[in-house]
Parts: sequence; structure tokens; C-alpha cells
Amino acid sequence: MSKPKLAFYLAGGCGGCDMSIVDLSEALVDVATVLDIVFWAPTVADAKYKDLEAMPSGSIDVGLFSGNVRNSEHEHIAKVLRDKCKVLIAFGICAACGGIKGLVNLHTTEQLLDTAYINTFSTDNPDKVLPQVSYVDNGKYDLTLPALMDARKLDDVVPVDFYVGGCPPHHTHVAKAVNAILTGQLPPAGSWITMGKAVCEVCDKNPVLQGKPKKLANTVKRIYEGNPDPNTCLLEQGYLCLGPVTQGDCGSKCPSVDIPCRGCGGPIPGVKDYGLRAVSAIASMLENEELVDKIPDPVHLFYRYTLPSSFLGKKLKR
Amino acid sequence: MAWEPRIIVIACQWCTYQGADLAGSLRYSYPPTIHIIRVPCSGRVEPEFIAEALRRGADGVFIGGCHFGDCHYKEGNYKAIRRFKLFKRLATDLGVEPDRIQLEWISGSEGKRFSEAMTEFDAKIRELGPNPLKGGAQ
Repeated sequence: MSKPKLAFYLAGGCGGCDMSIVDLSEALVDVATVLDIVFWAPTVADAKYKDLEAMPSGSIDVGLFSGNVRNSEHEHIAKVLRDKCKVLIAFGICAACGGIKGLVNLHTTEQLLDTAYINTFSTDNPDKVLPQVSYVDNGKYDLTLPALMDARKLDDVVPVDFYVGGCPPHHTHVAKAVNAILTGQLPPAGSWITMGKAVCEVCDKNPVLQGKPKKLANTVKRIYEGNPDPNTCLLEQGYLCLGPVTQGDCGSKCPSVDIPCRGCGGPIPGVKDYGLRAVSAIASMLENEELVDKIPDPVHLFYRYTLPSSFLGKKLKR
Repeated sequence: MAWEPRIIVIACQWCTYQGADLAGSLRYSYPPTIHIIRVPCSGRVEPEFIAEALRRGADGVFIGGCHFGDCHYKEGNYKAIRRFKLFKRLATDLGVEPDRIQLEWISGSEGKRFSEAMTEFDAKIRELGPNPLKGGAQ
């Protein structure tokens, strides 16, 4: 039997998901011997889009798509990969829910370009030159750039078979996911590849796991305010940890070093809108309703990784 | 046809729903734009319910629960107000008009208050106009 073929594409992402695969280290060597990596752009393999486009439909066994869909190029490759891959996986929270870069949906493209190319203090751009979708250089060379659009998650563009959360997915989780793919032990199509437990369920600080009752928070603190007690639940101390609604495939790495969970793992099973469920969970853990007003900037806190998958998907009247 | 608001009222079965019942028995009128959904407790109302209603084009969402101390489940309404306040802040930051959502405590004996609250809320929604998310009721 020939080796299963794998493709990897980095769209509107940062390369962190590529790194999480490289982080498999020795295990990657084993993986590389049983898998045939036919496309890994633009980071690892020297592959061109035309090579991918020339492959027959359905010829790739597994496609991993990382990053959100932010411009016309991402959208095009997402469609090409969907056609070439038997199984397409939204790999990492950007592809699955929009990711931290999905927060661009709070602003218009014009506002973002203004900030990036004109209004920043260190920018020297007196002619207010902005990137153009097409440009003719020297009167004869047609140059093009992909057109920017609102950030979208992958399944807004093409059907997706499986989702993997994490920013990036922890390498032990990647190993489990790769193993599940190779052995065919996959959940029903359309589900997340996850153990299905929340961060709290694998967190050493969780009082419930130690047989103690959970106390309500009587204060709201930012992470720079004071030093958290390492043996007490961060939420009980008033640090807004999103562990209750986040998938714990990371093994509760951040709370174990006193950093509140930010929700990169994606929503626990059964949750459609991560931010709203987080609002529900966090609000009911506060001792009184005045504390609600002390939470700074709820949008960035609760939709840090999931704004494009929220009930609105973007800000209205930007 | 002229636009008529479509308002979703999520009512706790122990108080606001009884209040609506009493309003009917006492022949108090309230606008026909109200669509009541009965829930076991205002603490059952997830922010996702309100969001889903707005996303699908409801022009207003009103949540009715028990007065503090009256909750059948002791603390459901305390949870409800915390969730509601936080959701309202989040939704406002995302550009939803805050006046489209309202939380109020109406007990089972306040039939008159129920009818007044519905009339006021209906007037407020008429002033705001159709929900921009779906062009109002269809």
C-alpha cells in the first residue's frame, strides 16, 4: 500500500501551527516515514500553487489548513485543497474559529490600512501610498496582490471534516491527532478532534477535583495585579480564566503556571458560540453583579480567538 | 405591509409567565407583537438564546424573572442579571443597540406591571425601528 499523502497550508496565520508539527521532533521523523508530504506551503516544502492545482481531485488523503481566510488567495487555495483532499482538517483555532487575527473584524479594511500605512507614529508615508490589488510597473509588468476581506473561519468557505483547536495545538495533542488520522480512529465527520474535557477538568488548581467546593470570585483582577496563589483556582482569586468552556487538550498548560486560560483550545463540545458561553460561565462565577462592570473590554477577552465564529461574526457599524 | 415589531419575551414560569397569565385574567391589554417563551427560570436563559433571537431577526428581546429573594431555585435570578449585564456590554461593544434587550423582574401578582412593561418595551422597539440584522419581522 502506498503511503498516505498529506498537504499542509498556512493561510491567515502566523506559522505557529507549522511549528507545533515540527515540535513533534523525533515523532515527526516517524511520521515522515509513514506519510508522503506532497505540499507544505509556504513554510516547509518548496511547493508551488500550480503543482497543487495540477494534482488530480481527491488525490491527497489528508489536508491540514491552518490560519483563517483573510484574502482572496486564502479563499482560492482553500477551495483547491477541498477539491484535492479526501479529508480536510481545520488545524488550529484560526482555521476552526477565526483565531486571534479574527479580531480584525472589529475594524474595516480601510481603518486597518490607515493605521498600518499612514497613521502610525513611526510610519513615513507622506504620499499616503496604500497596497493595491493590481499595479502596472514600468508600464509593462502586471503586479497583483490578493484582495483583503473580513476574516472568516475555514468552514465559512468550504466544508470541513474535522477541527483541531489550540494556538497552536499542543504537540502532544498533534501527535494524538496524527495518530488518529493514521489509524483511522476518527470521530464522526464534522467534529473536533479532542478528548472532550474542559481545561478545568485537567487543571491541578480545580478545587472540585480535590473534593472542595468552588467559591465565587469577590473581585476582578488583571493578570499584572498581584501574584496569584499557585495552589488556588485562578477564577476564585478573581483572575478571569476561561478554562470552564475551553477544550483541555493542552493539559491546562497556562493555568499550571498561573496564567489564566485565554480560550485558544476552542469551545467544549456542544457550544456554538464560544464567547457567549464564556460570558455565561464567568458571569455566574462572580459574587455580585457590580463585578461585571469591572471586566475590561469583554469583546477582546471573550472573543479573543473566536470572533469570526460568533453570532455576529464581526462588529456592526464599524 | 407596514412593519410591525416582533418581540421575544423569555419568561420564568414561576413569576413573569404567571404575571402574563394574570394580566389576561384581569383583562389588561398588551401589544400583540409579543411572543412569549416559557422557561423554568431566568437563570436558564443563556446569552446564546438572546443572541440567536437577535440574529434571526427579533426586534427586541425581553427577559422576565422573579424579584430578588423570590427565585424558586434560590439564585437563578442573581445568575441571570450577571449574565445579562455582561452580555449587554459585549453586544453593545459589537454594535447591537443596547435598548433592544431588557431584563426586568415581574412577579406572578404583577399582571398590571406585565402589561405596562410590554407596552413600554413595544413602544421603545417601535422607536428603534426594525432590527438591522434581518430587516425586522417577516
